[in-house]
Amino acid sequence: MSILQVKNLVHKYITVGDSEEDKQEVTAIDDIDISVEKGEFIAILGKNGSGKSSLAKHINGLLMPTEGAVYVKGMDTRDKRNLLNIRQNAGIVFQNPDNQIVGTIVEEDVAFGPENMGMPVEDIWDRVTSALEGVGMTAYKEASPNHLSGGQKQRIAIAGIMAMEPECIILDEPTAMLDPKGRRHVLSLVKALNREKKITMLMVTHHMEEVLLADRIIVMDHGRIAMDGTPKEVFSKVDEMKQLGLEVPYAAELAWQLRQEGVPLSETITTREELVEELCQFV
Amino acid sequence: MLKDITIGQYYKTDSMIHRLDPRVKLFGTLVYVVTLFLHKSPVSYVMSLLFLIAVIGISKVPVKFIVRGLKAVAVILVFSVGINIFFIPGEPLVKIGVLRISRAGIKTAVYLGSRLIMLVLGTSLLTFTTTPNELTDGLDKSLGFFNKIKIPVHEIAMMMSIALRFIPILTEELDKIMKAQTARGIDFESGGLLKRMKSMVPIIVPLFVAAVRRANDLALAMESRCYHGGQGRTKMKPLIYETRDFIAYLILLVFLAAMIYLGFFSPWR
Ligand SMILES: Nc1ncnc2c1ncn2[C@@H]1O[C@H](COP(=O)(O)OP(=O)(O)OP(=O)(O)O)[C@@H](O)[C@H]1O
Ligand SMILES: [Mg+2]
Repeated sequence: MSILQVKNLVHKYITVGDSEEDKQEVTAIDDIDISVEKGEFIAILGKNGSGKSSLAKHINGLLMPTEGAVYVKGMDTRDKRNLLNIRQNAGIVFQNPDNQIVGTIVEEDVAFGPENMGMPVEDIWDRVTSALEGVGMTAYKEASPNHLSGGQKQRIAIAGIMAMEPECIILDEPTAMLDPKGRRHVLSLVKALNREKKITMLMVTHHMEEVLLADRIIVMDHGRIAMDGTPKEVFSKVDEMKQLGLEVPYAAELAWQLRQEGVPLSETITTREELVEELCQFV
Repeated sequence: MLKDITIGQYYKTDSMIHRLDPRVKLFGTLVYVVTLFLHKSPVSYVMSLLFLIAVIGISKVPVKFIVRGLKAVAVILVFSVGINIFFIPGEPLVKIGVLRISRAGIKTAVYLGSRLIMLVLGTSLLTFTTTPNELTDGLDKSLGFFNKIKIPVHEIAMMMSIALRFIPILTEELDKIMKAQTARGIDFESGGLLKRMKSMVPIIVPLFVAAVRRANDLALAMESRCYHGGQGRTKMKPLIYETRDFIAYLILLVFLAAMIYLGFFSPWR
């Protein structure tokens, strides 16, 4: 059974202005169907306002569907009794690391989730220790989060989710506020957790290099799913991507331009190595 | 730097007082403050002072740190002592112009002054030896009975600890906003009071907006990490009484009884 199922999901935000009549309805998610298998690494792309964050919040039960339903391990997010279980199984990491760290000491922050789950003291310690080890931050366990770099803080935030031992982690632009070094650390961590611990990853991102880590890409546009496939399938449709206002990786872009000029290159090129290899055949 | 600002001032060292359960220290501070107001004779003052000196000694907090806390209240101290010295009526001992100092005045001023000093020193010892986290945990646990009269103790303690986490972040943000507004030509230094207060508006408004945005984000993050109030929540570092805590409680009760005796029943009342 798929770990995550999104069925005919529609979400409308209702904003109320100064007067009652000033009501406005924004359809952020417009009839989406997704099914995610355990262990997948999915990148979610889409321009600003396409509904990526809204989708992410539905999976964790932070937003409720206006229509349709979301199932995490078969549990309906609309049922209040499921919520704690769902949140433990599908953790979410947000963009700004500062705004999701609750504790004043690193280890106490990591313990926040297990504490809320009402775990016994020894189990909390075990989980905190292994979560900090998993993100490589054991040396900072007694530090104050305020003294850490952005990348380190984001790793603590991930450790806080890992301590709940979820099967699935949703990351909403986790590297958007980080410098290149912090970004590399966080990405390799996410990749490793997916490979080694078989944790299902859904990562919202704008960075093409990050997208290539995934084995499936979902492109969103105006609250709908515009494309859904492997990186190769998605990036071979350069025209379509451009129409959606999105970039493609540099190698794919270059191959596309060369094809426009009549160079016979295959459409599946997404990395530099593949481009070099094909070009070498002409020499 | 701004990042290092904390509430109160924790002095990190390893002493018997530091290791005590925060609930004991909260109770101790309460007892000490209450007994200060039972004082009527020099004997009780001396007792209080000896007790304070003993605790400071055990706590290993350097005296210069503790005395520094007095600076903050120096003005109040001088003011209240001054008023008492000059305005308590009685047979004048010294006359300086229209001012006259009576024996009763000196007596009250000395009592009041020493009471204030001991109050400040005693309470600051609590923050010197207890981390803010322990303090909120202690409040959370020891005020549990307030829950019965519908005072949300857990929520208040949680708010306090979140405030502790965000104060340095918001101070940094304030610093950024001030720099950004200075770059736009806002002058915070010159002008009258009204003008200066007006120039604060472009700082307060963005700071407030940023704080609300952060609060909103944090609420979402907490909820996504299964936070659902204090119910069914366990602690990574639960407060557990040790033998030393019971001994401390005993000492405090003996002290309280002694002070009550001195204040109400002893011959030196
Ligand atoms: N709390 C809200 N109230 C009203 N409208 C909202 C709210 N949050 C989002 N929206 C609207 O819903 C739409 C989708 O927003 P969402 O944040 O999901 O997009 P996004 O793809 O995450 O964008 P970004 O790349 O900027 O993060 C947008 O049109 C946005 O204006
Ligand atoms: Mg977003």
